[in-house]
Amino acid sequence: MFGNLDFDVIRRALPYLFLEGMTFTLTLTGLAALGGLVFGTALALMRLSGFKILGRIAGIYVDFMRSLPLVLVIFWFYFLVPYIGQWVTGASRPISVGAFASSLITFIMFEAAYFSEIMRAGIQSISRGQPAAASALGLTYAQTMRYVVLPQAFRNMLPVLITQTIVLFQDTSLVYVLSITDFLGAASKVAQRDGRLVEMYLFAAIVYFTISCIASYGVRRLQARIAIIR
Amino acid sequence: MNYNWNWGIFFQPNPMGTGTYLDMLLSGLALTLKTAALAWVIALITGSIVGVMRTLPSKGANWFGFAYVEFFRNMPLLVQLFLWYFVLPELLPKAAGTWLKQLPNAPFWTAAIGIGFFMSARVAVQLQAGIGSLPRGQKMAATALGLTTVQAYRYVLLPMAFRIILPPLTSEFLNTIKNTAVAITIGLLELTGQARSMQEFSFQVFEAFTAATILYLLVNAVVVTGMRFLERWVAIPGYITGK
Repeated sequence: MFGNLDFDVIRRALPYLFLEGMTFTLTLTGLAALGGLVFGTALALMRLSGFKILGRIAGIYVDFMRSLPLVLVIFWFYFLVPYIGQWVTGASRPISVGAFASSLITFIMFEAAYFSEIMRAGIQSISRGQPAAASALGLTYAQTMRYVVLPQAFRNMLPVLITQTIVLFQDTSLVYVLSITDFLGAASKVAQRDGRLVEMYLFAAIVYFTISCIASYGVRRLQARIAIIR
Repeated sequence: MNYNWNWGIFFQPNPMGTGTYLDMLLSGLALTLKTAALAWVIALITGSIVGVMRTLPSKGANWFGFAYVEFFRNMPLLVQLFLWYFVLPELLPKAAGTWLKQLPNAPFWTAAIGIGFFMSARVAVQLQAGIGSLPRGQKMAATALGLTTVQAYRYVLLPMAFRIILPPLTSEFLNTIKNTAVAITIGLLELTGQARSMQEFSFQVFEAFTAATILYLLVNAVVVTGMRFLERWVAIPGYITGK
């Protein structure tokens, strides 16, 4: 079954796989999670704000993004971002945007919809007395959010946020459809060059599995540690 | 913006000779729905079995359920599809591998099976949570009435648990439909795939993707509305959602 497999091909490809592929995957995951969290929190605040129209806009955006497949969204932004860039900078032709920038924008916009639902749940889990007490102390809306509500919401939702980031880490493999060299893209390029699909895809599967397993074990530990006793 | 809009493109014949570009997208939609339906059947059946195993009073069954869920949840769907499509035929005995590779419609079967097992882990987690949310007394009462474990699950626990987890199951079903787009990587010409090839043939990028987007939104709306009705129909009296 494993008789004619050549596992040395993996060893030879290791520097390429990790220095190029995994670096891309992890950078994209980290920046997209950060950007998604910031935008997602903004969306959640819009949704929970007193302004009906803002809430409606945020709601439509979130529902829209969540009903489309990520692959389609990746294609959308890949073709759309050059035109948006042209519009923003006033250039005469669609500007060329690198693969990294294009996929980063895609994932931030896409993940913002998912992070916003998590943060919304987090903000709603804060008891009403907290913002009431904050405004009684004379804090403005911005201060209430900054010092009272958001820190607690973030802490309550930390396990869910990290779980979503693990999903994001796995989803970044979909940039494969743009022939970008992320970890899976690198593995696939070596696989096709050397005709060693079995070895490379098995190895890629094991690496993704190990990283996700360790991370989700960490989440379970964290959940037990930061659980607030009510 | 110097982009040439041409919304009439949908009614022009496509280069495959299978009608207009619109026909091409609709055939993609049909394939998306077919793949999703088969994947969902697989996900529901295996997911239910694994979900039940995780709640059984048996260490071995619990452990198997745990390992199953971890296995299918900790790998990207794309990698799983590659494993089914490229790796599995090579690891099987030669005759079986060749048979598998020459199967007509291989991308369709691979996508349905791959996505089905990927989603089954998620169904299992939901079902486990649903059974876990039932009061302990239900199982005890079933045992006290003399029901066997199988009967207790069949007549008491599962009918309740499935109704409770209907809303999360709806979103898992929607995820199944969305996940079929990943199968574009193994050459399945579902909706996203057809939109992509329409873009390549006609250069009308935004028209093609707009049409695909609208079709996905429509499917979403239909499923959500249908499931609302189902939820109301099977609602348990006495629960918040009940009559």
